Amino acid sequence: MPERVLDGLRGIGHKVVNGVWRLGYASGFFLMTLLRSGTSFRRFHLTIKEIFSAGVLSLIIIIVSGLFVGMVLGLQGYETLQKYGSSEAVGTLVALSLTRELGPVVAALLFASRAGSAMTAEIGLMKATEQISAMEMMAVDPIARVIGPRFWGGVISMPLLAAIFSAVGVFGGYLVAVVLIGVDAGAFWSQMQNAVDFRHDILNGIIKSVVFGVAVTAIALFEGYDAPPTAEGVSGATTRTVVTSSLAILGLDFVLTAFMFTGI
Amino acid sequence: MQNRPPENRKKNIENLVEIKDVSFSYGFRPVLKAITMAVPRGKVVSIMGLSGCGKTTLLRLIGGALKPRKGEVRVDGQVVNRMQRNQLYALRRKMGMLYQFGALFTDMSAFENVAFQIREHTDLPEDLIQDLVLMKLNAVGLRGAHHLMPAELSGGMARRVALARAIALDPTLIMYDEPFTGLDPISMGVISNLLRRLNDALGATSIVVTHDVQETLKIVDYVYFMADGAIVAQGTPDEIRKSDAPFVHQFVWGEIDGPMPFHMPGAPYARDLALETARA
Amino acid sequence: MEKTLYLWVGIFVCAGIAALFVLALKVGNASSTFNTGDIYRVNAEFDNIGGLKASAPVKSAGVVVGRVDGIQFDGKKFVARVTMKIDKRYTFPKDTSVSILTSGLLGEQYIGLEAGGDSEMLKDGETLKLTQSAVVLEKLIGQFLYSKAAEGGAK
Repeated sequence: MPERVLDGLRGIGHKVVNGVWRLGYASGFFLMTLLRSGTSFRRFHLTIKEIFSAGVLSLIIIIVSGLFVGMVLGLQGYETLQKYGSSEAVGTLVALSLTRELGPVVAALLFASRAGSAMTAEIGLMKATEQISAMEMMAVDPIARVIGPRFWGGVISMPLLAAIFSAVGVFGGYLVAVVLIGVDAGAFWSQMQNAVDFRHDILNGIIKSVVFGVAVTAIALFEGYDAPPTAEGVSGATTRTVVTSSLAILGLDFVLTAFMFTGI
Repeated sequence: MQNRPPENRKKNIENLVEIKDVSFSYGFRPVLKAITMAVPRGKVVSIMGLSGCGKTTLLRLIGGALKPRKGEVRVDGQVVNRMQRNQLYALRRKMGMLYQFGALFTDMSAFENVAFQIREHTDLPEDLIQDLVLMKLNAVGLRGAHHLMPAELSGGMARRVALARAIALDPTLIMYDEPFTGLDPISMGVISNLLRRLNDALGATSIVVTHDVQETLKIVDYVYFMADGAIVAQGTPDEIRKSDAPFVHQFVWGEIDGPMPFHMPGAPYARDLALETARA
Repeated sequence: MEKTLYLWVGIFVCAGIAALFVLALKVGNASSTFNTGDIYRVNAEFDNIGGLKASAPVKSAGVVVGRVDGIQFDGKKFVARVTMKIDKRYTFPKDTSVSILTSGLLGEQYIGLEAGGDSEMLKDGETLKLTQSAVVLEKLIGQFLYSKAAEGGAK
């Protein structure tokens, strides 16, 4: 076989071995974060500070995006449904799409881009300027004090953000369908309430958002902690966080949807 | 600041830090080759050498952040590289480290940086902590800057605050990683002066890793010279200044050419300029 | 600075929980959980359950009164046994008829209960006798074609 092909294969093999090793290392890191979570809860004000950084600061983008997504759903939904004379089902369409899928998924993607990349950059920079080493040398465990609160801050913020996204989205759908287009308000809400089940749709959506929260925050924190201590290193890590989180969200979404909504 | 009574010193072992036959590699690249050295209690010892000779690695080994492949590192009689995490953390509370650029926590003010260790490891009341922090900052001359954030401090000031942070719990061993890099002559003088005074006032032992020869020779008690992962020379500052070992001489007096050649090895000059045809 | 931070975090958490409540109450149907202990179980046997699934609604007069709990195949009688959870507030006579209906034309299948006239009410664990299986589309089409063919033949 020509040398180039062999080199290519070797390169792939090398990348795969590296990837598996990195995955193992990341899992170990994740486990340690969980095991040393005591500090995050005993000194809860540390976690509250992180809920502010991750959650409150993401509110604006979540609310604006939720509103627009809901409005587009209402608009597109109405366009299609009215051809079959079922324009009153637009409420159901908007609510189910949001609570089951779009709420958790889009909110998580936005969270990854905003809060996730911010976390990665922050931790990467701390590592590059030797702040993490300094903390270690002062006999303070950086995983317990720096990583832990950020992890739990992210996990607590995510489902709240997803719920806000869905609620604002439904309101957006209402604005477009009822206020703008003129679908009957009573039919809009009653059809929606009949079709959306708390346990089946809303709760499942919340479970999804918690899972996404864990995944996104864990990836963001690991990439920051593992980033090479240079400018390119940190910027590469930030990009990797957004890409890997997005893929993880979509992949997990498929797995969770298969379990929850089709009874596989 | 505390002054350790001399009686205590006699009870303890003479060398605070002992490094016996230590070897270390980063991956496959050997960095330290069978190093043996000792740091006597109460003294200021300097480790000098070119960039990349392994000086910072040595500091990390003493602090327990790295484990040697062979040999042992002893601090205060205890073997650092075989310690459990809890023991290591207990030992680190007696150590203070000053990083090259300070490594202050950027999201906290100067005051909070210095107070960090006190708050994490003791249960002292806030007013007592405030007094302690201001005292430490006063020792380095920056009590007036206690409310400033690290971004608002100049390089020299940041390093002084970092020094105040390093001595917050009155450590027994203070380590300095290239403390003079990038400082103006005044700041350099201030830091080296502080280094010596704090060491004596606290009754501590200091290890300074640097390549700033002239400034350091003024304040240290003993010097170790490293090159390529091994100790090539050692002695008191006077011995070093008078030494005629070629490498030491070149290093101390900043000579351009000597054991460390000016020209990197390569093809002959004439051939590179195509003045000579290459023989096939 | 600390105080404003806590304030904003508090607002955020309250907004999140409020959004959850809005979703649960206004958007969804929170009362349809039927997980509570105020239910009693009733069985029914069908020749064909069609597309009926667990947790499908049980309706009477169009109102949801319970949920399908489990579906099992009886290997001796070769029928499907369906267990339903019915809200304790609603009692049905012993001769209530039960059928598997479809919502809309091609929608989800659910169980419909039509109350009988018996004075005695169903108790927990009892079995309904009058059952009507689901309408299977293929059989319906087959019937239709057969009757059309018979019509054509008779002409």
